[in-house]
Formats: sequence, structure tokens, C-alpha cells
Amino acid sequence: MIEFKQVSKTFRLGKREVHAVKDVSLTVEQGDIYGIIGFSGAGKSTLLRLVNLLERPSEGSIEIQGVNVTSLSAKELRKQRRNIGMIFQNFNLFNSRTVAGNIAYPLKLAGTPRHEINKRVEELLRFVGLADKAKDYPDQLSGGQKQRVGIARALATNPDILICDEATSALDPDTTADVLRLLKQVNREFGITILLITHEMEVIQSVCTKVAVMENGEVIESGGVFEVFTDPQHGTTRRFIRSVQQDLPSPNVLAEWRESGGGKLYRLQFKGPVANEPVLSTVTAKHGITFNIVYGSVRELEERLFGNLIVSFLGAPAAVQNAIKEIATLTDIGEVQEIER
Amino acid sequence: MNVDWTSFWPRIVEATGQTITMVIATLIFGSILGIIMGLLLFVTRQNNILENKFVFNLLNLIINIIRPVPFIIFLVAISQLTRLVVGTTIGTAAAIFPMTIVASFTIARVVENNLVSIDPGVIEAAQAMGASPMRIIFTVLIPEALGPLVLGLTFVTVTLIDFSAVAGTVGGGGLGHIAMTYGYQRFDASVMIVTVLILIVLVQLAQWLGNTVSRKIMRR
Repeated sequence: MIEFKQVSKTFRLGKREVHAVKDVSLTVEQGDIYGIIGFSGAGKSTLLRLVNLLERPSEGSIEIQGVNVTSLSAKELRKQRRNIGMIFQNFNLFNSRTVAGNIAYPLKLAGTPRHEINKRVEELLRFVGLADKAKDYPDQLSGGQKQRVGIARALATNPDILICDEATSALDPDTTADVLRLLKQVNREFGITILLITHEMEVIQSVCTKVAVMENGEVIESGGVFEVFTDPQHGTTRRFIRSVQQDLPSPNVLAEWRESGGGKLYRLQFKGPVANEPVLSTVTAKHGITFNIVYGSVRELEERLFGNLIVSFLGAPAAVQNAIKEIATLTDIGEVQEIER
Repeated sequence: MNVDWTSFWPRIVEATGQTITMVIATLIFGSILGIIMGLLLFVTRQNNILENKFVFNLLNLIINIIRPVPFIIFLVAISQLTRLVVGTTIGTAAAIFPMTIVASFTIARVVENNLVSIDPGVIEAAQAMGASPMRIIFTVLIPEALGPLVLGLTFVTVTLIDFSAVAGTVGGGGLGHIAMTYGYQRFDASVMIVTVLILIVLVQLAQWLGNTVSRKIMRR
């Protein structure tokens, strides 16, 4: 669907060269909500702009539905861009146009007849829940409403792809949740493939199906959101995940635990269906030991459950060892090290 | 020696008409040229939609050469060119030519400054929607900058009233001519007072009109 093939982008700042994107290969499948996460300066914004060629790649190619967009003529590219809606962190609405005028703009560019424009604008306003704001100007709207207009405008020409440039970064948490729900709805109802960039792991966690982590212009890790969240390979990825889910008590609490003579701590992780089963209580009962949950959480990712528990076992050492061995056959378990990084 | 106001009044009316003609004609021609140059300056800037170093640098240079020259010197300096284009260097029409040149370069800068203040993200959004550079100029740049642009043109209009008086002193006619010949050279204070009052009223009118129109455009 969208294929980045060994794409690099180098900017020249005076005599200095800045490698914003380095040799990125990435495939976004049809129907994906693909999130690219990275700290600021990681190159994600440049990568996103390569999709509709607001930036041209220095090397490599970008294919959309099998068409190499870098080889399109200026005219063909403008036509292609109508198939890629884009929304922005700062909304980028036309202040000189009403809400309806903003949504109508891409349709006018596409040469849509006037009566069809009116119909489509009405339809879109209803979809984003702003039917009563058609005649308002952008400066009369709240941030969340502006982004809704942005989304309606991006969807006007029925694109196959929607790209989102930090679309929720300027919004408060409640409004962010609203806009993310709307994006999910766009993906489900119209089958629109969404590629978004963000620096907030919450966004990835709540809407994305796939994720790529970027650092210094490179994609350092990518895959399904569930896999990446439950089994991160890279330090930066772990940092992002910790930003949304603390998976260990704080160092102070841990130190206190050890000082008060608490026993060894084990981390159990339940992924998917196993999270629904009473593994811990069944196994410990069988071996005649008890357990103490020190810390833990169960979350939902991509509509699958993911449990992370920190427990200690109380009982005869041999029985504890046997219980741990048996649990290991059912799910992930490991001793919590002093400092986990 | 004082003028006889009953016979002199029609001359004041005529001179006011000449001043208004000079200002409005200059504003029209100057705006057309100035807006084109201002747009060119903006779109040919680095990283802009029609980036072109040569065009940008050339325009920039010409504007920077002409703008610092005091109007009264410019007026005299290009009198040969004025004669060539208009056929004469005396009268209202002859004043409009140099005024238009100076006004268009001033307006070009005003337009450029207003365009620079447009959020580049809005231009990027239009590009992302598949708008061509020409489309962006007419459907994004101009409408988005229109409110401040009207204020800018109002400012230029007030300057033009000033220029028309300067042009008047060297044969351009209008209120400047009257003020110089009767008020200054013949020490007639009443003529001076009347012309100054009329100029003040004209400036007030222009400013009021500009404010009203721009407020309407900017909805404030």
C-alpha cells in the first residue's frame, strides 16, 4: 500500500548536511493504522512528508499502491495528493474561509460540481459532528473542533490514505481521546489507511495496529503494537512504553520492600488469552504455596489483554522453584533484577 | 496680498480634484504593479512555492535601490523618462508616473511583508491537497493576507497624499501647488490653512475607509 524503499533524506544547512531520514524501509498495509513514534528531531515529520512528496527523498523510492510517486509529473502528483488526506498539529485551516469553505476547498481543486460540493460538505460536517458550525470561521472554534474540520477537509475527496502530523499534540487529553476515536471511526467506516506520527505513546496504544520507533532518522524497531509493547527490543522503545505503563514499582518502593525483608520478586507477563486464566492461583495451590501481588496492571492493546504482575512467593523454597518452573511453561516469568533497564 | 475667496474657491475645488485623481490613479496602477511584484518576491523566496534565486535577488535589488531615494529627488531624477512616457513633465498626468513607480515598489514590500506573516502551514496544507502554485496564489495567499493588505494599502494612500503635494510643488498641480504658490510664496496664511485642512480631511477619510474595509475582511 505505502512502501518506503531504502528512503533517505538529507537536508543541506549551509555547509552542514543533516540526515533527517536514513535508509528507511517500511510497509504500511491497506487498512492499517500505522504509528511512527519518536522524540522530536527523530525524523518522523520528514518521513511523513515524503508520502505526499512535500519533501522529496534524496535516495530510495516511495510506492503508493504500486506507483512510484517520485517519478510522477507535477500534474500527476497534484492528482495523487487528492488521494492522500493530511491533517496537522496546528490544523492549518484557512482563516479567510468558513468551516464549510475549508471543507469545500479540496473539492473545488478537484473540479467537483457545486451542488455535489454542498452535499459532500454537509455529509462531512455531520460525520465530524459540526453540522451547526458550517458558517463559523476557524477562529471561533476550539482546538478539538478545528481538528475535526481538518479531518473533514482531509476526507473531502475520499482519499485512500490519511496522514496525520502530530494531529493531537496541540490538544488536551479529553479532546485527544475524541479526535483519536474519530480517526478510528474513519479507519473502520471508510477503510482508510492511516499513517500517523506522534511523540505520545498513548496515541499509539489507543489507536494503532502497527508501530515503528524512530531515532536519529532510522527506524529502530517496528511491528504489531501488541508485539512491540509486550516484547520491546530497544531501549528507546522501552522508554516510550514506560511513559504510558509503569511496569515496575518505583526504585524507592523496591528498596523499601527489600529492606523490610521482602523475598525475591518475579515478573509475570500474560499475553492474550492466557490473561483470562487463573494461572497463578491454580499453580500455587497445586504446590502448596501462596503468593503476594506487589504490583501489577492489566491493559488492553489492539483489543487483546496484556497483564504485567510483580509477585513474591511464600512457601518452601523447593515448592516455590517447582511452581515457577510450571508457570514458565504457561506464560512468561522472570526474576526482577535490582535495576531493570 | 490676500486672495479673493469667492473667485478663488473654484481653484481650491479643482486642486482638490487633481490631488484625489493623482492619489487614486497612482493607487490603482501602483497596486496592480506592487501586488504582482510583492507576490513574485514572496513566492520566489527560498523554499517557497516557486523558488527562484535570480528573480528574487533582482527584484529585491531594484526595490532596495529605488526605495531609499527621497521622492522629490526621484521625481526630478526621472523627469527625462517621464517626458518619454507621458510626453510632458508638467501637470497631473506627469505626476502620476513617478508616483506610480515609487508607490509600486513600496506596495511590493507591504505585500511581501503581509504574505510572510501567513502561517506556512496553511500553504503546506493547500499543497498537500493538490493545489498548483497559481491556485495557491489566488485562493490562499491573497485571501489570507487581504485584511492586513488593505491596512497596508491605506498606509500607502496616506503617503501618496503626501507625495502628491510634493509633486504639486514641481508642477504637478493639486493642493500642493496651491499651497506653495499662494500660501508659501505669497504669504497667504488663509490659503495655507485651507489646504492643510483639506489634506487632513483627505487623510482621515482614507484611513477611515481603510479601517472599515479591513475590519470587515478580518471580521473584527
